[in-house]
Amino acid sequence: MDIFYPLQLLSDWLVYGIFNLGKVSHLGTSLNFFIYDSLKIIFLLLVINYFMAIIRYYLSVEKLRDFLASRKWYGLDYLLSSIFGTITPFCSCSSIPLFIGFLEAGIPLGVTLSFLITSPLVNQVAVVLFAGLFGWKITILYVISAMILGVTGGFILGKLNLEKQVADYVWQIRSKKSKAVNKKESLRKLVKIFWQEGFSLTKKITPYVLLGIAVGALIHGYIPAGFFEKYITVENLFAVPIATIVAVPMYANVVGVIPIMQSLVEKGIPIGTALAFMMAVVGLSLPEALILKRVMKIKLLVYFFGVTAINIIIIGYLFNLFVK
Amino acid sequence: MNKEIKIQVLGSGCSTCKKLFELTKQAVNELNLRIEVEYITDIQKIVEMGVISSPVLAIGGKPVIAGLSPDIKKIKETIKEIIK
Repeated sequence: MDIFYPLQLLSDWLVYGIFNLGKVSHLGTSLNFFIYDSLKIIFLLLVINYFMAIIRYYLSVEKLRDFLASRKWYGLDYLLSSIFGTITPFCSCSSIPLFIGFLEAGIPLGVTLSFLITSPLVNQVAVVLFAGLFGWKITILYVISAMILGVTGGFILGKLNLEKQVADYVWQIRSKKSKAVNKKESLRKLVKIFWQEGFSLTKKITPYVLLGIAVGALIHGYIPAGFFEKYITVENLFAVPIATIVAVPMYANVVGVIPIMQSLVEKGIPIGTALAFMMAVVGLSLPEALILKRVMKIKLLVYFFGVTAINIIIIGYLFNLFVK
Repeated sequence: MNKEIKIQVLGSGCSTCKKLFELTKQAVNELNLRIEVEYITDIQKIVEMGVISSPVLAIGGKPVIAGLSPDIKKIKETIKEIIK
């Protein structure tokens, strides 16, 4: 049985019972969709953010960096770096210190880029939204695709000998070997700390999630089923590249984009096309490029974006071909 | 109270970083500490501290919070624990 069934009952009761809206009315369907999805996702967020607080505590990015730099990995480091990219929380504020810190620790440029490609695409919030709205099968496929994107992107870029294209001052920086140290806390106190951290993160992102779900709910209730099929079909080969390119000037958190995307897919946009759009919004944003320009020369930046864009387009096609 | 201890917020200039700076100033005020909170946007300084996430709250030159902007209660607790 669906464990969220009680939430569906609750939103049915609220919308059709208390607010007395018709089951086929636009407003009724939209509102029902909004209440049900919001409750479900906020619940899932609370759970996962709690667990992520635990992971954060034991696995800081600094530790991951030291682990990657600790030995020669013979190519396995691309995969490790991508996996780390998926489990660490990522804010574009961190991309520069992270980029410099990885290189400074002796981690190869390609491996560093693997991390930078995967990190914004997958985080715990994105996974929850994906799972809540699309189901687990698509979620797992999405996470694997993002990792493949990171590994292949980083690998190709690593083979292009672009080290000279990193801003020169980056190679001069030397760090002290001091790290933020975790204090030893009692288990009882830790449980409380994890809860507080998870709760405060959930609180912080909830408005964005709700906004995304609200737009999604409007699309769900007001746009007729199959509406987009007339314009964007799987057979239209240009749709994926166009969706990717159109997304570049946009800047949005993955959190806000997923609910909107889900509604669009429901109304007939092919999933690969929607996914390419979403990955490009998050992974290829112009503002992110401006930030990265402080540490990358223009050639590296163009290669970085170019390789990532091509990979996103390929993933878009593959989803359109193989995922229903 | 040790007045020589420096409190610094280091960030890349993003909104999360500015928020941590504002909250830290407020926390220092509410704790009645006469310490100037310094805001540093030079990323080299962050990396030199050995930290690779941003923003960073550093007390006495040591990073104590990195990679997120917690609520003011947590900032106050952290400051109180180190500056007694």
